[in-house]
Amino acid sequence: MIDVINLKKNYGKLEVLKGITTTIKKGEKVAIIGPSGSGKSTFLRCLNCMEEPTSGAVIFEGVNLADKKVDINIYRREMGMVFQQFNLFNNKTVIDNIMLAPVIIGTHELRLKRHRNFLKKIRNKFSRNKDDFYEIDTTVAKIKAEARENAMRLLKRIGLEDKAHVYPSTLSGGQKQRIAIVRALAMNPKVMLFDEPTSSLDPEMVGEVLDLIEQLANDGMTMVIVTHEMGFAKKVATRVLFMDEGKIVEENTPQEIFSNPQNYRTQEFLSKVL
Amino acid sequence: MGNFDKKLEKFWEVFYERNGYTKVITGLKNTLYIAIVGLAIGIVIGTVIAIIEVVPSNNRLMKILKGFCTFYVGLFRGTPIVVQLLVAYYVFLPLIGKNLPALNVCVLVFGLNSGAYVSEIMRSGILSVDPGQMEAGRALGLNYRVTMLKIVVPQAVKNILPTLGNEFIALIKETSVVSFVGTADLYVAFNYIGSNSYEFMVPYLAMALIYVVLVAIAAQLVRMMERSLRKSDRRN
Repeated sequence: MIDVINLKKNYGKLEVLKGITTTIKKGEKVAIIGPSGSGKSTFLRCLNCMEEPTSGAVIFEGVNLADKKVDINIYRREMGMVFQQFNLFNNKTVIDNIMLAPVIIGTHELRLKRHRNFLKKIRNKFSRNKDDFYEIDTTVAKIKAEARENAMRLLKRIGLEDKAHVYPSTLSGGQKQRIAIVRALAMNPKVMLFDEPTSSLDPEMVGEVLDLIEQLANDGMTMVIVTHEMGFAKKVATRVLFMDEGKIVEENTPQEIFSNPQNYRTQEFLSKVL
Repeated sequence: MGNFDKKLEKFWEVFYERNGYTKVITGLKNTLYIAIVGLAIGIVIGTVIAIIEVVPSNNRLMKILKGFCTFYVGLFRGTPIVVQLLVAYYVFLPLIGKNLPALNVCVLVFGLNSGAYVSEIMRSGILSVDPGQMEAGRALGLNYRVTMLKIVVPQAVKNILPTLGNEFIALIKETSVVSFVGTADLYVAFNYIGSNSYEFMVPYLAMALIYVVLVAIAAQLVRMMERSLRKSDRRN
């Protein structure tokens, strides 16, 4: 699903990623662990080009996202991202946070189709071979209603439907992060990227967020998780990447990597955190 | 102060019996019109400039636009508004051979002028919004423009509302120079009353009072708006 080929990222002279090659298959749950400053977050953010790779390729379903000619926005819609700092839109209520992107993108596509149909209508008047019109089976109101329904369904799933109309500032960290996760899910992504989703949570709220991520994993979602929660990585991941100094030092199944690490740096790191 | 009653009487005669108040109302209308429409134009121009200045991409078009914005802001902040009015009305208009009513010229000049100030206010407002908000929008697949306009700018406006209120108040007071190009504002009205009653103390006192009241009302309006915009910060 995602092929990363010799991915490098520099900030000025500082080399953060020194050539990463790996493949993330459909349905896989990849956990990325490693000491801070090892480039885990940068690597994750390169997957949907939140950070532009300096060189190398990120091939998502056959398209190289690192290519500047590619319209990255289209592919980002299929890759949900969850941040350490939640980043809910502060000026929108919870339900508007979830509905915003689907409604904007839905109406934009609808408008684009109408616009193209209009052009085709003019072209058909003057040309012998008639073009078929794009089928339009929806309206702006319908898109909004569907997005609202979907958002309510997602909120019900996480048990926060009573919070639909409050602003994010009134929520706890755990609630914010769970809403951030369903906001990403509202776009029906094919893969979810988690950037230390529990690192800025109070300890008693970590569980509720990890439970939700685990549910997603059990539903078969492909996911890449940068995390410091070793227990969680062990339980949910199908593969663990250990990164250090901008490289993947070791990758293996969680059982292998946690019980029998091969590389001395992995051993050192795990002896510190476990 | 013994003859204050007499002065008041004279003022009242011109103000009320000789229809001076119609001039005051016109002046008040013009003052508010210039300040409000000027600020509206200023906010639009200022927002556009601020966004251009914070856009990260640095291709040639953006460089030219950014250069133009810097020039524009420097020009309008570097000259007094009276000079801008005079140049617009007596130099620029004749040069392009158009004849606009003085009031419209005033509105335009005040709009352009406040655009330069608002752009700086807005830029600081945009920079005060957590970069994570932009990231979250982009990560959902929204483009830069949409995220900026739907997510970042509304939050920036909320942050800078007190400062924008100050700008509005400053504009109300600055409109007192529009008589330089012959627009009838409060100064013209009360000056008329003064020169017709040969008595300036009461008219100018009244003018000062009106400005104070105007500014107080504006400040109150801004406070009310701020409160309604802050509802996303309150805990229920």
